[in-house]
Amino acid sequence: MNTTAATAPVTDTLHDFHGGRNSVRKEATTQRTRKRAPKRPNVLPGFGLSLGYTLMYLGLIVLLPLSAAFIKTAQLTWPAFVDAVAAPRVVASYKLTFGAAFGAASINAVFGLLVAWVLVRYRFPGKRVADAVVDLPFALPTAVAGIALAGLFSPKGWLGALLLPLGIKVAYTPLGVLVALTFIGLPFVVRTVQPVLEQLPRELEEVAATLGASRWQSFRRVIFPIVTPALLTGFALAFARAIGEYGSVIFIAGNMPMVSEITPLLIITKLEQYDYAGATAIAVVMLLISFALLLVINVLQAWSRHRQGALA
Amino acid sequence: MTNMSIVATAYAAPGHRGTTEPAWVRRVLIGTALTFLALFLFLPLAFIFAQAFAKGIGVYLAAIVADDALAAMRLTLIAAGIAVPLNLVFGVAAAWSIAKFRFAGKNVLTTLIDLPFSVSPVVAGLIYVLVFGLQGWFGEWLREHDLKVIFAVPGIVLATIFVTFPFVARELIPLMQTQGNEQEEAAIVLGASGWQTFWRITLPNIKWGLLYGVILCNARAMGEFGAVSVMSGHIRGSTNTLPLQVEILYNEYQFAAAFAVASLLALLALLTLGLKLIVEWRVPAPRMAKEAA
Repeated sequence: MNTTAATAPVTDTLHDFHGGRNSVRKEATTQRTRKRAPKRPNVLPGFGLSLGYTLMYLGLIVLLPLSAAFIKTAQLTWPAFVDAVAAPRVVASYKLTFGAAFGAASINAVFGLLVAWVLVRYRFPGKRVADAVVDLPFALPTAVAGIALAGLFSPKGWLGALLLPLGIKVAYTPLGVLVALTFIGLPFVVRTVQPVLEQLPRELEEVAATLGASRWQSFRRVIFPIVTPALLTGFALAFARAIGEYGSVIFIAGNMPMVSEITPLLIITKLEQYDYAGATAIAVVMLLISFALLLVINVLQAWSRHRQGALA
Repeated sequence: MTNMSIVATAYAAPGHRGTTEPAWVRRVLIGTALTFLALFLFLPLAFIFAQAFAKGIGVYLAAIVADDALAAMRLTLIAAGIAVPLNLVFGVAAAWSIAKFRFAGKNVLTTLIDLPFSVSPVVAGLIYVLVFGLQGWFGEWLREHDLKVIFAVPGIVLATIFVTFPFVARELIPLMQTQGNEQEEAAIVLGASGWQTFWRITLPNIKWGLLYGVILCNARAMGEFGAVSVMSGHIRGSTNTLPLQVEILYNEYQFAAAFAVASLLALLALLTLGLKLIVEWRVPAPRMAKEAA
């Protein structure tokens, strides 16, 4: 008992000793919290009503239906569950869905960073239009995106006809899934990286340049480490969106079992065959993965804020 | 001499001395970025309109005023007309409780509100089938009372509410948190009632953020495909929304008609982007950009 009481101040002092800046920041945070949350009675009305309505609505619309999926699956025996979620056709769909989602998020990480950089740093004609059009995948209904991409990349389409002589087939192949998921994920990376680049203090690069760093060196050693958490957040958001995506994929994918069938489509197929238990078991696997990703994204965002806070 | 001119270009951008790239690097980067955007964003958009008018304006107009298309338009408007106001009221209530008061579990609540964004649309449809379907929790009861939810309009509305659930709330919560409580407290202390305070103080303060959330919520509500597809059962003319109508026409190889209906949704998307630009112009941009992701 005595030891714990004695250790705490010692570690604190050690901490302060090692990083003066750190302790200053810690103090600033406590002050800010104190200012924002005064220990006096809140005079505003409506707490019970607004919180009560929020909880009721959340419960009825989101939590109750979601729990139905878990309760339904809990009624399956373990072997039946494994049968449903690990059948070869299901595993093939996981491989395609996660592989294509990973590939698309990677493409978006590279080109999303490039687009964000160009939009923040350079002036060129059409910049405002380019900036606005980045949000198109958020606004365009997925089915519309789906038929447009399928048409573009079909053997007779504008792009498909160009690629066919090269022996590249996009529509109705796994490559089509990659294209659709790249379209869907682009804004996530651009819109998470863009604000970080905008708030990057110029002084850092000026210092790097004065100290003799080349442009490439100051990008790789100064800018990139600051942008990394936001870039990873954008990657994770694009990936999370891509694994659940349905509308934009099914038109271009071809939907052949074992080859170009994504997991969400498999859920629908099972539903149409009245295999509710099988469909729900796969849905539960997808839900668990989505929740895990949500956790990862929250951690990444906290890291991103921390790194940004350290700059300010 | 050559060296001098390179140095001169590198430093050409005013105010950015020593922190920008040589002109050729800038040009290559801008060119690559614009090519990527053109390939993945402009080209699909142009393709939709080109295909929609491929067989002439007559076919286009006929496809849009076809009975099935009009019925789909009506159902899309009904679904969005119910889902958006409900999620608007919820968003304001959630933001009021989370931003204005302190209570335990606030972070958990905020995360739960965002949950529908990380659920696949197909899974969103499936969970409602489990609750309201024939073999579902309320299936027996609904059949006894001759009520239909799944494969009917109520199911489509419910699925739409689920997928657009967080839009308004996640826009308002950070906005109201940064605005603080001082103005509302002053109004209450001066004798205003709770509702007076809300209508006269809070609402004018949050109107642009609210509008922004509603615009995004509406775009998603009118464009939702996966969740609605599970719920609809594809009964022509009675449970088809516009995106579902696009799918049916496309699968029947009526490409010009499919792209004609799709062009309406593409116009809606362009309108959404335009309105979004106007609202962003009214409120500080960096916050908005972050929230969109």
